[in-house]
Formats: sequence, C-alpha cells, structure tokens
Amino acid sequence: MTALLSVEGVSKRFRGLLAVDKVTFQVARGSIFAVIGPNGAGKTTLFNIIAGMFAPDRGSVAFAGERIEALAPDEICRRGIGRTFQLVRPFPALTVEDNVVIGAMLRRHDPAGARRHAHEVLARLDLFGKRHQPASALTLPDRKRLEVARALATDPKLLLLDEVMAGLRPAETDRMVSALTQLNREFGLTILLIEHVMRAVMALAARVLVLHHGAAIAEGAPEAVVREPAVIQSYLGAEAVE
Amino acid sequence: MSARLLEGVSRRGIALLAVLLAVLLAVPWIANDYLLTVLIIALYSAYTGQAWNVMMGFAGQLSLGHAIYVGLGAYAAAALYVHFGIAPWLGLAAAIAIAVACGAIIGFLAFRFGVGGVYFAILTIAFAEFARIGFDHFQWVGASSGFFLPVANYTRNDLWNLRGDPTMFYYVMLALTVAAFALCHVLLKSRIGYYWLAIREDEIAARSLGIDTFRYKMYAAVLSAGMTAVAGVFFAFYYNNLFPEQVFHISRSIELILGPIIGGIGTLFGPLIGAFLLTSLSEAMQELLSALGFDAPGVKQVFYGLCLLVVVIALPGGVWPWLAGKLHVTRRDP
Amino acid sequence: MAAEIYLNVAVSGLLTGLVYGLMAVGLSVIFGVVRVVNFAHGEMMTVAMYLAIALFNSLGLDPLVMAVPVAGALFALGYVMQAGLINPFITRPEYSQFMLLIAVAIIIVNVLLIVFGPDARNVQTSYAFDSFLLGPLIIDATKVYAGGATLVITAALFAFFRFAPLGKAIRACADNYTGALVVGLNVKRLYALTFGLGAACVGAAGSILVLLVDVTPALGPALTLLAFIIVITGGLGSMVGAVLGGLLIGFTEAMAGLFFTPSAKSMFSFGLLVLVLLFRPQGILGKRVL
Repeated sequence: MTALLSVEGVSKRFRGLLAVDKVTFQVARGSIFAVIGPNGAGKTTLFNIIAGMFAPDRGSVAFAGERIEALAPDEICRRGIGRTFQLVRPFPALTVEDNVVIGAMLRRHDPAGARRHAHEVLARLDLFGKRHQPASALTLPDRKRLEVARALATDPKLLLLDEVMAGLRPAETDRMVSALTQLNREFGLTILLIEHVMRAVMALAARVLVLHHGAAIAEGAPEAVVREPAVIQSYLGAEAVE
Repeated sequence: MSARLLEGVSRRGIALLAVLLAVLLAVPWIANDYLLTVLIIALYSAYTGQAWNVMMGFAGQLSLGHAIYVGLGAYAAAALYVHFGIAPWLGLAAAIAIAVACGAIIGFLAFRFGVGGVYFAILTIAFAEFARIGFDHFQWVGASSGFFLPVANYTRNDLWNLRGDPTMFYYVMLALTVAAFALCHVLLKSRIGYYWLAIREDEIAARSLGIDTFRYKMYAAVLSAGMTAVAGVFFAFYYNNLFPEQVFHISRSIELILGPIIGGIGTLFGPLIGAFLLTSLSEAMQELLSALGFDAPGVKQVFYGLCLLVVVIALPGGVWPWLAGKLHVTRRDP
Repeated sequence: MAAEIYLNVAVSGLLTGLVYGLMAVGLSVIFGVVRVVNFAHGEMMTVAMYLAIALFNSLGLDPLVMAVPVAGALFALGYVMQAGLINPFITRPEYSQFMLLIAVAIIIVNVLLIVFGPDARNVQTSYAFDSFLLGPLIIDATKVYAGGATLVITAALFAFFRFAPLGKAIRACADNYTGALVVGLNVKRLYALTFGLGAACVGAAGSILVLLVDVTPALGPALTLLAFIIVITGGLGSMVGAVLGGLLIGFTEAMAGLFFTPSAKSMFSFGLLVLVLLFRPQGILGKRVL
C-alpha cells in the first residue's frame, strides 16, 4: 500500500488536557479514510495538526514521503492538502464564484484560467447556477458545498473534510456522498474525513479510525469497526455492551 | 492593458468616468485660481486616501500614522533638491525607497509578531510620533524651525523641478490620482487583488487556500507606503515649506483617512468620492461661517468630526456603496 | 551629575506617573469590561482639566477638592456616551468602533479649541511653590499632594471592585458576558456604569493633573496615546498593571528628559511600546494573550 499520508505517534496537549494521544495511522493513496468518535475525542485537533494550524508535541506527519508537521497552513496547502472547516468560513462579501476563484488561483495565476477552473469545480458541486450570489446569502448546505468547492479548486491530492455532512438532510447528504465518490473514482482524490453521520461514513469510507479521549481505540473496515465493543462503549456507555 | 483597465465596469460606469475625466481636464480653463487650489487639495486627498486604502481596505490593517510616509517622502525629495540640486522626479526614487523601507519595518513588526487591530493602530501612531519628534531635532533638514524650498518668480513652468503656477500642479496631481486609481483597479482584478480580498475577509480561511498571508500583507503595506511617499514629494514642492510639527502630526494622519472612510473603505471610488465630498462641503461651510462671522480655528475640524460621526453611524459602508446602488453603476466591483 | 538630582527627578517622575496611572486605570476598566477601545480617553481628560480650571477660576476651589465633582461630571458624560452612542457598536467590526471614538475625539479637541483657544492654561495654587525636604530629596508640594490624592482615589477604586456588590457585578460582566446575562445582570446598564466609572477616573486624574501640567486642546491626543502605552505595557485588563505601567512610564520619561532633551522623552515611551508589543504583548501583568 502506498501511503499518501502517514501519521506517526502524534500527541498534543493543551494545558491540562491531552487532546491527542499517540495516534498512528496511514491513509492509502486514492482511498477514503474516516475518523470517527464521540465529541471531544480529539478529531478536529488531529485535523488541525495535519493541516498545519499547530504543531504536535510529539510524533510526525508525513505527506507523500515528506515530513510536514512543522509547516505553516499555507505551505501545506501548496504541497497538496486541501481542507474544510467544521464551522464553515466562506468569504462572506465575495460571490460564490470569487470564493472558488481564490482557491483556483493557487495553481493558475491568471484570473481567466482560474475562473474557468472555478466554473468546472462549481458545476461538479452543483453550485454553478448560484455563482453570482454573495456567499453570505447561501443556505448552510450550499455553504458546505462552497467550502468543499473552494478547497477542491486548489487541486489537492488529499482533501481533509471536517464534519462536512453536519446539518444536512438525508437527501443533501446523499448528494454530497455521490459528489465525493465521483471525485475519488474519477480523479483518484484521496479523502480523509471526520464524520458523525454514519450513513455517510458507511457509504464512503474504505477504512475507519475511531478516536476516544484522544487515543485510537479501533481501526479497520467500517462494518467491522462499528461492531467492536470498545467502540460501542465509547459512544453509548458501558451498559450498552452487555 | 486597456481591456484589463475597463474590466468589470459597466457601460454606464465607463460613460460617467469619461465625463468626469473630461470635466477635470478642462477645469483650469473654466475655473478661477481659488477653485483650482481647492481642487488640488481634493485630488491630493483622493490620492493619499487611495494609497491608505490599499493597506486598510485591501489588507485589512488600520494605519493611523500614515502621515509618516508623507513626511518621509517630502523631506527626502526636498533635502535632495535643496542640498544637492536633484530634481524631484529623481528624488522620487529616494523618497519611495525610504518610505518602502519604513513600511516594510512596520509591516514586518506587525505581521511577523502578530500585532493587529488596535495594537497595530497604536503602533502606527507611535511610529509617526517618533518621526515627528525625531525630525524636530534633525538639523540637516531644518529641525523644528522648518525646511524651505527656494521659490523664485518663474516666467514659465518648470515641470522637471516642479516649479510653476497652480495649473501645472493641478495637472500633476490629476495625473497622479488617475494613475493611482488605474493601478488599484488593475491590481484588484489580478491575483494579488483577489488574495488581498481573501485576507481581508478571513485570514485563516485564506491561509488554508495556500495564500502566504504574511507576504501579501507586506505587499500591501509597502505599496501603500510607496504611493503615499509620492504624495509627500508633491506636498513638499507645492507648499515649499516643511515643519515636522505639521507634516508628521496625528491630525494629518486622521485627515488622510477621513476621505476613504466616508467614501467607503475597500472600494475603488470610495476615496475619490469621500475626498471631493469633504473638500467641497468644508469649503462651502467655511464660506458660510465666514459670512456669518464664525471664523475660528477648529471649526472645520469639528465639521469633519461630525461628518465622520454621521457616516460611521448611518452609512457604515461609506457613501460610495450607497451611491453606487442608487446610480446602478457597478456590477461586481469590490 | 549628583545622585540627588537623579533621585529627585525619579521621585518626581514617579509621582506624576501615579496620576497617569489613574488615567490608565480608567482605560483599563473600560476596555477590560466593555471591550471598547476608547480613542477619546485623553480628550475626555482634557475636558476634565479645562473644567477644573474653569471651576478654580470662578469658585477658587482647590483642584484636589474639585476632583470629586469633576469626576462626577465626567461620570455622567461617560454614562451618556456609552448608553447613547457607543452601545450599538459593540457588535460592529473593530474599526467601526475606532472611527466612532476618533470622531468623538476630533469633535472634543476642536470644540475645546474654539471655546478656550490654543494657549496653554494652568492653575496656580497657594502652595504652588512649596516643597518638602526629605533627606536629599526636594519634592514639590503639589506633586506630593497630587500623588497622595491619586493613591487615595485608586485605593477606593480597588476597594469598590473588590468588595462592593456593584463592583463585583461589573467584574462578572468582564469575565463572562453570557454568564452575567443568564444570572440576570442588566448588562447594558452595567456597561454604561462602567464607562462612567472609567470616565470618572479620568475626571479625577484630570483635575489632579492640572496642578502638574499645562493644558492645551492638543494635549488630548497625546494623553490618549500615553494612556494606551501605559495600559499595553502594564497589561490590558489589569488595574494594578495600569498603575504599575503609569509609574514605569512616569519614571522613564523623567529619566529620559534628564539624560536627553526633554522634548525627546516620549521617544522612549514609544520604544518601550514597540518592545512590549513584540516580545510581551500581554504586558507586565496582562491576563489576555494577544
């Protein structure tokens, strides 16, 4: 297996709280990998470490064979990792189109070329019709799609999605799932996602990592992982396992 | 080039701009000397306001000490002219270089060390004050007694040395202002402009898209400083005297920002509208008050303060966005 | 130079610094609780100073005594400003707030200019030329009284925030806005009260400062800048920090005036500011990290 992303023994402490505890896993090139776990398990902190928002106290992160844990967020994006935020951060005063154009400009310096690429990405995520609307006018599901589109426009090799299904109705979830599946199949885009919505996890992920109190408690195929007692216990409590 | 210049401007907008430009070009033939000087001040305000706008409106950093760049530019070019006979168009290079260095230092300190918001504003005020006191003791350029450029009676306009009648200065300032707006418009439509907008809207999101926010904020700071220094050179050669107490004073910094704030931060035409509004209203008001016998120092500034207050409370985006909406002029201008 | 001169200048600087400290405490209280950056702080202080002078000239009362009613007047001004003008701006973007208060500052400075003119004014009390002798120290009586009055007022302020129910309510607001709302505190009214308190500090400090410094309308912006430097150096949100910052700045400026020319003394404050912003942005005693 060629690992695109390799996380090795990563730990992060915030004052008294050990948010991430010696987490180790690998994401194969071209696969979809999900990280699940109850709230407060350390998933977003792990993401933020991979995305360069802060450095781990211990451990390393390697992308395409190179160490990236000490790099700044913009450098990490330039290396080919795109990300979305749990609480979406569109550029509110700019149009949907301009939002994505800014993403596209990473690889295409001329505005015309960037705009063409932005249109392609918008079409893929079903936002082309709304491209002239200001981002602040969009509904939440549309904003989530915008966030994905914008990150996608940077032509990433690995896409980090932080709870991108949260707040979506089942039909919208399915749309997002099919868009992501298509991107994975057609372009070999590797996807690492944090998710609570099990419907999406089961449909998308080839491999799942379960975090609890910052530590990995299970890893494997989704069907197997969700049946493990430790996993059920972490979500539902010890009584549920009996 | 002309295609890029006019990109994104509706046909109505282009027509209005053309009319405006024609009127401005014709002014010296139809206006008296007094009106000409008022317009020079208005254009100067529009220019410096636009230069400041690059830093605030585009990179989102509030500078309350921008007079430092005017002063540095003014003193640099004036000193080279008086002490070495170097013409202002060459002295410009030194003026810009010094201002750019200063802007780079302030920018570096602020951006590398994460100094933002009110702390950055205070930092800029402190730097300007530092310059004011420093130049008060700088003997080579006259210290607090002032620095004077030789003014003699010229029979014709000397554009190279910027000696001449108000008409010459008017056209110089007009050319500078038009150039500044053209430059900003082109920049806004290019990658750097988009990146500036992204940084202004949400710096963290911008970084996640691969934008090196430090570098682009530095570009804005440095460009803003350089552009402002050019105004300083004009200032020196137009007024022919420089006093640190006046040139670097915080009042200059505040006056500089009134135009763009009232007109509309971050917009292309905000500074222009704001400058013309303020200048014309204040001149009109001064005439009125003189006629009523109310001529006291400070009245004009109270008026400015009230304008600012009204705009901040009632039209937070500035006059231009509100006006543009009414005139249906813009399509997608930032 | 003889050691006595350094000592005298240092003590003199510290005493003046105490008064600046009280001014800065006002700013710290306002920023710490209401989270408003009061760019008109120094200008409000000049209003207090002119008020004290006017009262002295018409009623002949000592500015130290006038500190109380002047503080009261400024309290009212601050309360009205916050309740009437500033409140809606708490949720607006930062620079909007700045511009609002800068506008207020511009108006205050120039109204004072129109009313009082640009000439410097001060107050000559009966004890203006007295001094105390303490070993090698020769200290102006005015400075001693000024410092003493400031200490009393500052101590009263600390006690208020520590022990009075209203003071504790205000601190609660600062620590946790939503929590304060939930507990039923009338936050708007508390904000207005706090701004009024901060203004009252400035009122008292201004009334006292009139004994030490000449006032012109242009003093306003200089005092605003000084107040911010003190607060940033001492630590935003810390009242003790503001007092310490005031002492530090008073001391530095006095010593700088001694070693270099007096007009250059503020350059050292600026240098100090830059260093603090770069290397210890939370200030000496600050709680919030930038």
